[in-house]
Amino acid sequence: MSSTTVKAPNRSSSFTKFLANNGALVGLVVLCIALFIATPDFLTGRNILNIGIQVSTVAVLAFGVTFVIVAGGIDLSVGSVAALSAMVSAWFFATAGLPGWLALVGGLVAGLVTGVVNGLASAYGKLPSFIATLAMLSVARGLTLVLSDGKPVPTSPQVSFLGGDIGPVPVPIIVLVVAALIASFILNRTVIGRSMYAVGGNAEAARLSGLPVKRIVVVVFGLSGLFAALAGLLLAGRLDSAQPQAASGYELDAIASVVIGGASLAGGVGRISGTFIGALVLVVIRNGLNLLNVSSFWQQVVIGLVIAVAVGFDVLRRKTRSS
Amino acid sequence: MAQTPLLTLDRVSKSFGPVQVITDVTVDVHAGKVQVLLGENGAGKSTLIKMMSGIHQPDGGRILVDGAEVSLPTVTAAERLGIATIHQELNLVGSLSVAENVMMGRIPTRFGLVDRKTLRRQAEAALAVIGLDVDVDTPVGELGIARQQLVEIAKALSVEARILILDEPTAALTRHETEALFRVVADLRARGVGMLFISHHLDEIAEIGDTVAVLRDGHFVAEVPASTPEDELVRLMVGRSIEEQYPTGSAVVDRADPVLRVEHLTAAGRFQDVSFDVHAGEIVGISGLVGAGRTELVRAIAGADGYDSGTVTVRGRKLGKGSVAGAIRAGIGHVPEDRKGQGLVLGASVNDNLGYATLASSARGGLVDFAGQKQRAEQVAARLRIRMHDIEQPIGSLSGGNQQKAVFGRWILAGSSVLLLDEPTRGVDVGAKVEIYELVNAITEAGGAVVMVSSELPEVLGMSDRILVMRDGRIAGELDGADATEDAVMTLAARDVPDTEADAA
Repeated sequence: MSSTTVKAPNRSSSFTKFLANNGALVGLVVLCIALFIATPDFLTGRNILNIGIQVSTVAVLAFGVTFVIVAGGIDLSVGSVAALSAMVSAWFFATAGLPGWLALVGGLVAGLVTGVVNGLASAYGKLPSFIATLAMLSVARGLTLVLSDGKPVPTSPQVSFLGGDIGPVPVPIIVLVVAALIASFILNRTVIGRSMYAVGGNAEAARLSGLPVKRIVVVVFGLSGLFAALAGLLLAGRLDSAQPQAASGYELDAIASVVIGGASLAGGVGRISGTFIGALVLVVIRNGLNLLNVSSFWQQVVIGLVIAVAVGFDVLRRKTRSS
Repeated sequence: MAQTPLLTLDRVSKSFGPVQVITDVTVDVHAGKVQVLLGENGAGKSTLIKMMSGIHQPDGGRILVDGAEVSLPTVTAAERLGIATIHQELNLVGSLSVAENVMMGRIPTRFGLVDRKTLRRQAEAALAVIGLDVDVDTPVGELGIARQQLVEIAKALSVEARILILDEPTAALTRHETEALFRVVADLRARGVGMLFISHHLDEIAEIGDTVAVLRDGHFVAEVPASTPEDELVRLMVGRSIEEQYPTGSAVVDRADPVLRVEHLTAAGRFQDVSFDVHAGEIVGISGLVGAGRTELVRAIAGADGYDSGTVTVRGRKLGKGSVAGAIRAGIGHVPEDRKGQGLVLGASVNDNLGYATLASSARGGLVDFAGQKQRAEQVAARLRIRMHDIEQPIGSLSGGNQQKAVFGRWILAGSSVLLLDEPTRGVDVGAKVEIYELVNAITEAGGAVVMVSSELPEVLGMSDRILVMRDGRIAGELDGADATEDAVMTLAARDVPDTEADAA
C-alpha cells in the first residue's frame, strides 16, 4: 500500500459536510419553505418588501460588526452608536439649522468618530474591546438622551428619503445592497480587509510580519461606527424622527447575525455574505412568527434557540474540518 | 525471555479522510525501559501517540495493555489504565498554582471548601518524587518551560501512571535542563515506569533510550537498539543517507561590508551594551542559556520590541526603534522562536501566510494583487519544497518543518537580505532541517547576512562563521566558527548555576 492512498470518503458523509459548511443558508431555505407551508401571507410581495426593509437595518449594522469580529474584537456599542448618529444628524438639522444633506453627512461622521474612539481605546488604550465598547454603549446612549432631552427629534428630508421609496422600491433595500457590496469589497479585495483576517487570526504574527495592527484596529472600529451610523439613519428615516431609545438592544441582533453567518468570535473567520444570511434568518423568523401570531415573548425564546443551534453548527464545522 | 509489554500497539492503522496516516504499525513499551519513537515530521508519530492516549481510535489493529486487549475511547479511559502523556503543548493552566495544577481534578476538600494544607502536602509529595524543588503556591505560568514540564511529569506520576509518553520533551530545553530531565527519566526507569520518548535529537537517543522504533511515512521500518550509530538511524528514518548534517555553503564573507551593525544596544532588564557587526555572506550564531537575553536582543533588532539606548544600522541606514515596518523596509526578516504563536496564522492558508509581509507592498491602489501573490507564493513554495496538497490549505495542517519553511518563504518573498532566526529548526525533522540550512547558505551566497539564535549547540557550531555567546544580557565572548567547541561555548555561557535558578519564561 503506498503512503498517501486516496480512500473512500470518511465517516462524516459529504451531506453532513455540506450542512456544516452552509448551515445558515440551508437553515434559511428550510425556514422559508416551512413558513410558506404554514401561512399564505409569507411569500406575498408586500411581506417580502417588509422583510427587506427590516433586514436592511439589522444587516447594515451587522456588516460593521463583521469587520470587528473578523479582526478578533467585539463591538457592543453599535445599537447606541446608531441611535447617537441619527440623533446628532437630527440635532444638526433641527437645532443647529444646518442644511439637510450636511446633517446626513454629520450623522455619518458622528458614527465614524465614535467608532474611532472605540478603536483608539482598544488599540492604544489596551482596553479589551469588550470593555471599551461596553462603556461606549452607555456613553453613546447617554449622549443621545442628553442631545434630545429624552424626546424624539425630526430628521432632515435627506434622511427621511433614506427611509422612503423610489417608485415601488424601498430605499432601505437599495442602501442595504450598496452597503453589502461596499463592505464585501473592503473585506475581500483591499489590503486593509485581508489584514483584518490576519489580525483576527493571530495579531502578534501579523505584527511581526509588518502589518500595522494598531492602525488596522482603529480602522475596523471606525468602519463599525460608520455602518452603525448608516443603520441608525435608515431607522430614523423610516420614522422621520430620531428616537432617543432607537436601536436599543440591536447590537445583540447584529452580533447574532454575524455568528449565525459563520464568523468565529475568536477572529480570523467571517464573510459579509454570511452575515447577510444570518440577518435574514433572524428577520425571517421574527416575521414568520408574527404572521403566525406567536407572542413576541415566545419569539425571544425562539431567537435564542436559533443562535444556540447556529453556533452548534459552527462547532460541528470546525470539528469536521480539523479531524 | 520476553516480559509482557506494558503497552502494545498491534498492527494499528489510521486514516483521516482519504489520507492513510498510519499503516500496520506495531510498537510496544516495556516496564523500566525507554522506547524512542523516531521519524520525520509527517511520519505519523503524533498520530500514533494520540492513539495511545485515547485522543484518536485506530481504524484497524488492536491496543493491548499488560497483554490484554483494551479500547481507549477517551483520554480518561487511557488515564485509568495508567497511560499519561506529556504533550509538546503543555496542559497546564498558567494562572493556577503548581499545587492546583498537579492535583487538578482531584483537589482535596474539607466541608466543600478547598483543603489548602492537604493540597500543598500532596503537591509537595508529588514534586518530591522527581526531585523538583519549587514553591507549590507559585503560579505555574511564572515557571520556565523546563520546570513546567517537570510539573506535568509530577502530575502524571501522582495519578500513578505506569506508562509515560513524552512528546519532544527536550525541544524547548537547554542542555543543562535536558540533563535534569534525563536524571528524572533514569529514576523513573529504575522504578519500573515504561516510557515512550519522541525526539528529533539523535544524540540524545543513545543517552536516554533502550530501543528505537523507526517510522517512515506512516509505516513501521524497524526496531533497533538505541546504541545504533546515528548515520544508520538517519538512513532508516529518511530512506537515504545524509552525508552532511550541516551543509557548508560557498558564501564568501566580505569583511569590508558590515550589513548589520548593532552598537551599545541596551534595554533595562533584558540586555546590556550589546555591540556586534554582521557582514555580507556571514552567519553569526548566538548561543547562551535560556534567559541570557538572546531572543530579546533579536526582537529588539527586528523592531518587535523597543530598547532604551544604542543604535541598529542596516547598510548604513539607522533604524528607528520599535518599528517592525521600518526593519522590514531595510531588509530585515525575523523568523520568531514560537512559530505557532508568533510566526503563523494557523487558520489561514499557506498562500496567505506566505504573503503577509508583501501584502501592502504588492498592492495596487490599496487592492490586493491576488494573482501575483499566489503565483509568487507557489514559486517560493516549490523552491523551498514545502510539502502540502494545495497552497490554499490551512497552514495549521502542515508539519512543523513545512510550517517553518513557510515562515522563511515569507521573508524570501519580501526580499529580505538580513535574516534574524530564533531557533530556526526547533521541532523540525532531519530532512527539513537540512533544507533549511541549505536555504540559509543560499541567502549568504547571494550576499545576505544571517543571525541565528539557537540552543542546539551542534547546529550553532556546524553552521556559524562566528559565534557570539550571551550571558545575563551581555555578550560574554566571541568565538571563531571554525575552531569553536561545545566546551568553549558553555564556559562562556554559564557560571556555576544552581538547579533552582529562576529562568526567564
